Amino acid sequence: MLTMESRWLDVRQLDEMGSQKTVIHQIHPCAKLVTTVIFLTVVASFAKYEVMGLLPLLLYPMVIFTLGDLPVGGILKRVLLTVPFVIFIGIFNPLFDQAPYATIGPIVLSGGWISFLSILLRFFLAVTAALLLVATTGMDAIGMALLKLRVPRIFVIQLLFMYRYLYVLLEEFIRTIRAHSLRSFQGEGVKPKVWGSLLGQLLLRTIDRAQRIYQAMLCRGFDGEIRMIRRRKLMRSDIAYCLGWSSFFIMVRFVNIPQWLGNLLIGGSG
Amino acid sequence: MSHHIVEVKDLEYTYPDQTNALSGLSFKIHHGESVAIVGANGAGKSTLLSHLIGILVPTKGKVRIGDYPLTKDTLSHIRRCVGMVFQNPDDQLFMPTVFEDVAFGPLNLGLPIEEVEERVMSALERVGAAHLRNRPPYKLSGGQKRSVAIASVLSMLPDILVMDEPTAGLDPKARRQLIRLLQSFTHTKVIATHDLDLVLDLCERTIVLSEGKIIADSSTLEVFNDEALLIRAHLEQPMSMQGCPICRKNEMMKIVPMAIATHRLR
Repeated sequence: MLTMESRWLDVRQLDEMGSQKTVIHQIHPCAKLVTTVIFLTVVASFAKYEVMGLLPLLLYPMVIFTLGDLPVGGILKRVLLTVPFVIFIGIFNPLFDQAPYATIGPIVLSGGWISFLSILLRFFLAVTAALLLVATTGMDAIGMALLKLRVPRIFVIQLLFMYRYLYVLLEEFIRTIRAHSLRSFQGEGVKPKVWGSLLGQLLLRTIDRAQRIYQAMLCRGFDGEIRMIRRRKLMRSDIAYCLGWSSFFIMVRFVNIPQWLGNLLIGGSG
Repeated sequence: MSHHIVEVKDLEYTYPDQTNALSGLSFKIHHGESVAIVGANGAGKSTLLSHLIGILVPTKGKVRIGDYPLTKDTLSHIRRCVGMVFQNPDDQLFMPTVFEDVAFGPLNLGLPIEEVEERVMSALERVGAAHLRNRPPYKLSGGQKRSVAIASVLSMLPDILVMDEPTAGLDPKARRQLIRLLQSFTHTKVIATHDLDLVLDLCERTIVLSEGKIIADSSTLEVFNDEALLIRAHLEQPMSMQGCPICRKNEMMKIVPMAIATHRLR
């Protein structure tokens, strides 16, 4: 179960990344949150068959990775976790949509493949951006930013508790699996018959533990308000950060930069 | 508040599944007193502590902390003056760093940032954990976690400290350090524990619980000298009161051969 435990520590790694003090980490949470939301909206708004137009958006994660001093492998590993879902969403596109769309030399690409590629790229961009937001801001600060942006408190608190519950769930899960593996000698994982009671146990145990944590929070005066030690005012540089990126995203949306560059180089007419 | 009294009157509590956990408890703890709550597993110790901080609401009877009865309206005030250290520090530490964890309470009190920082650092220094401030709590050792958990309560400047099994899972050195730390506190202390040697070192008064009832409430030495009472409560004398184990063994070694010899002579 060593792999499982190290992966659990991995989950916490995202929190540790969030408490760094780089240029990106110093930017106001609200500015980063708004920037991310605009980024996601722009990514989602591209047409179905768009691939080239999306490419310039890769600049955003690249810059954040570099300036935020984040481990590329650590984040990309998490992005990979979402890949199965994405593949399920897009895998039938090449089957249903076989109309030729583009040619690269002798290879004819059908519309299905292009839209599948577009979905993959979009998911990559979106998930990376979301993870980068967490890794450069920290979940509590995001919660605070959401509250500042007038998101109803009940949703924000749900979100924060869910995030915390994730750890509780994982910790208990590791313990349960470890106990199981110590007393099951076939060594081939958990049998379907046992899954039911195992998951039931897990649910009850995590509920208990979550309850105790919540009580500990209440004992220390938690009243639903999120208060941060690193409170700071929204400054001009934060607004400039947000506006700078947003105008870049919007420009990418309306000007196909790769095509424009290509035209510039070979002098074709767009 | 001028005096930090903890008063429990005819306290009764039945869990939703109809288990009767506490029945007819009454006692009064005065300012600066250090009181141990001892008893068998399931005697109701943790349930009692949960009442002192308002996690549980009595089925019958009253709890009074200082000048306030414990009700829904006074809850926030009571939680400000009673600091609860949980049995498992993992339940108590949930923020990404030690500093933020210790700051959680003071921030919730609505204090200005400078004051919060000052309180956090002084609480961490008090428990000797200032060097851990930027570490994530889940990576600390058991003893360090316990110290940080205590600091996270101290930073709220409580008048009364309530602790559930503070020495559980600590190595002997960490345990000794914790006892010294607790000895240096002037707070009113209520400690539920199985560690009777700790009780001997820290608490002048002991309340013995058995099946949800108080079966003794007097000076610690008096309780520990009453063997019938200890047996009834599933306890035994603290090790330090049991005499030297080596001498006891030697004594037996001397007595037994002598007895055999005299028997043979007869």
